[in-house]
Amino acid sequence: MMRRTLFAAALAAILLPLSGKAQEDGPNIGQVTGNVQMLFQTYQEDSLIGAQVPPSKTGFNAFGNLIYTRGDFSAGMRYESYLDPILGYPGRFRGSGIGYRYANYAKENFEVTIGNFYEQFGSGLVLRAYEERQLGIDNALDGFRLILRPVQGMTLKGLVGKQRFDFDSRLINSPGIVRAFDGEINLNDAFERWAAVGTRVTVGASFVSRFQAGSTISKDTLVLQLPQNVGSWGYRAQIQKGGFQLMGEYVRKINDPNADNGFIYKDGEGILVNAGWSTKGLGINVGFKGVDNMQFRSDRNLQLFDLPVNYIPAITKQHTYNLAATLYPYATVVQGEVGWSAEVFYTIPKKSKLGGKYGTKISFQYATASSLDTTNLAGIDGLVNGYTRNSWKAGSELYIRDINFDISRKFSKGFKAKYAYFHFDFNTLATPVTTDYKGIVNADVHVVETQIRIKKGHSLRTEVQALFTGTDLKEVNGELKEVKQDKGDWATVLAEYSVSPHWFFSVLDQYNFGNPNPDQRVHYLYGTVGRIEGAHRLSIGYGKRREGIFCIGGVCRAVPASNGFEITFTSSF
Amino acid sequence: MMMIRFLSLVSMMALVLSMGLAQDIPSIELKDLGDLTVDTRALVEEADGPVLFCFWATWCSPCKRELNNYADLYPDWQDETGVEIVAVSIDDPRSMMRVKPYVNSVAWDYTVLLDPNKAFARAMQVNNVPHTFLVNTEGEVVWQHNNYADGDEEELYEELLKLAE
Repeated sequence: MMRRTLFAAALAAILLPLSGKAQEDGPNIGQVTGNVQMLFQTYQEDSLIGAQVPPSKTGFNAFGNLIYTRGDFSAGMRYESYLDPILGYPGRFRGSGIGYRYANYAKENFEVTIGNFYEQFGSGLVLRAYEERQLGIDNALDGFRLILRPVQGMTLKGLVGKQRFDFDSRLINSPGIVRAFDGEINLNDAFERWAAVGTRVTVGASFVSRFQAGSTISKDTLVLQLPQNVGSWGYRAQIQKGGFQLMGEYVRKINDPNADNGFIYKDGEGILVNAGWSTKGLGINVGFKGVDNMQFRSDRNLQLFDLPVNYIPAITKQHTYNLAATLYPYATVVQGEVGWSAEVFYTIPKKSKLGGKYGTKISFQYATASSLDTTNLAGIDGLVNGYTRNSWKAGSELYIRDINFDISRKFSKGFKAKYAYFHFDFNTLATPVTTDYKGIVNADVHVVETQIRIKKGHSLRTEVQALFTGTDLKEVNGELKEVKQDKGDWATVLAEYSVSPHWFFSVLDQYNFGNPNPDQRVHYLYGTVGRIEGAHRLSIGYGKRREGIFCIGGVCRAVPASNGFEITFTSSF
Repeated sequence: MMMIRFLSLVSMMALVLSMGLAQDIPSIELKDLGDLTVDTRALVEEADGPVLFCFWATWCSPCKRELNNYADLYPDWQDETGVEIVAVSIDDPRSMMRVKPYVNSVAWDYTVLLDPNKAFARAMQVNNVPHTFLVNTEGEVVWQHNNYADGDEEELYEELLKLAE
């Protein structure tokens, strides 16, 4: 409370004397920018889809950011409200208050941040503090950060802080302390003899350590000391030459028995390699990822979305079409997985026989992830270290196979169309997105999207989607029958009418027409009206929404079914 | 204490209102697709004409529609208004390496910057993508739009012509 008041008073002390002068002196006294995001939902009971009504009957999440900048100095804060949190958000977030505040001073050669900040070292495999507001993820650090640029091309970062964990009318931080260092150097910028070399090379290294008080744990007859300090480090390199790019990162972690790994003392290890080549009209990208016991948190007892220190990206890409994105979305198995992906983007040239007047865009991707190739250890070694990994080869269990293809073409000034196909072999035991099916779901998704320009400023976009799951042989009333996997087949139809630049209207119907249980063949109908005025946007929606998984960046959160109104307002100024 | 907090909030709101909408471009260092470091404010200062910042991501369909539609019009816009388009990708480590192959495959002629932890997006008060900012030669944001529907480029084109006058 005291800290919050002092911070507000400090901001007032800076800003109050300035506000009077604002108009006389113009931009010299600095500037304030901000944004607002509000989300209000009402809830009605709907036993058919399992929509529950919380005691408050409504949910409200709101965020307001203000940043003050004057020359090299900036300061900002975010005011947040959860009155009460909307369903699907962490239910423990409560009340209104300041959830993020900082001051920053940046010169050419150094930068210092006091208070909250976000940060990412390399790909984030050892450290990533970030915000994914729609998922309720925010692991901002709270402390001090110093960035130095001693010579051109070199950046050194050091930080000490605690991570954001909870919000109850104020920011609540983790018990653990994070200390981290990172150094990165671009050889071409830093060394004269590299300056004229056509290949650009950047190398970097990081070290991250967490301190959390701890005593002992008991396992069988063993009493084991919990390490209070956990260390993690990584090396990385990036090479670019013309259309060629290669990125590699190797990381390790030691001394980290935690809730994710069943409190074993085994070292963690991770490797990420990505290579790409592209030229006008063609792009190719291949990636390999292996992670073994690399999940790192600033509280060893927590799981899921709470207090991650690092970020392990999923090997699959983020899909956007409703049925492809929400029914079987893949998220990294944090205990360990190995996977690879290959992707091609190609544009058939315009004015060619196949490409048509405007060209035709094609993309294809194959991505897969599996369990690790491991051997469980026996006896005391098993209790302490769990298992050993034999290689980076794929283990026996498939987690995901995602094959997708799309082709899109502009036929005329007023008509565009796209077809997309997706095939998933999705292990619901590895990524538990459904309680109705345990095992590998085979799903095919087809999407046809069209975009029609009706007259100046008026356009209609439609999507017709269908998802078909595979079948299993099951004994029903003594007979072997083919039964659809999971919730069976789905269809989605979307129509979106826009009157540029201010209005949009959309209707979405998601229909579970192939559910093995005829009572569950439900339509989820949802309509939205929106008005956009530059950087301000208001939308009002009403209807039913399916219980499902909402994912961003390979991190997913379960969202319960709901029925009711939703009003959103976003604005930047 | 409540009073101080309240006063500080009111003073900030008053300050915001008194300053109008002129927003300058913050100075953030980002990497471009050639792994060169680019300072966002310096980019605006060094540009000959207005700059259009388009925040996008490889997973954002309306963003790609917007930038693909601009691509057809861009040569004319450049001739008539001198505008430079800067496409700022907020793809995170999961999809960051897909940006360059995608951009080359669709042959965008834009400067493309990578903002994987949203440092620039946050400083520009971007809530969600697509979000487009038109910046004049003084470095001030003169127009912005947080959405994309086919046809929105017509309003943008009018704004560009106003700046070119």
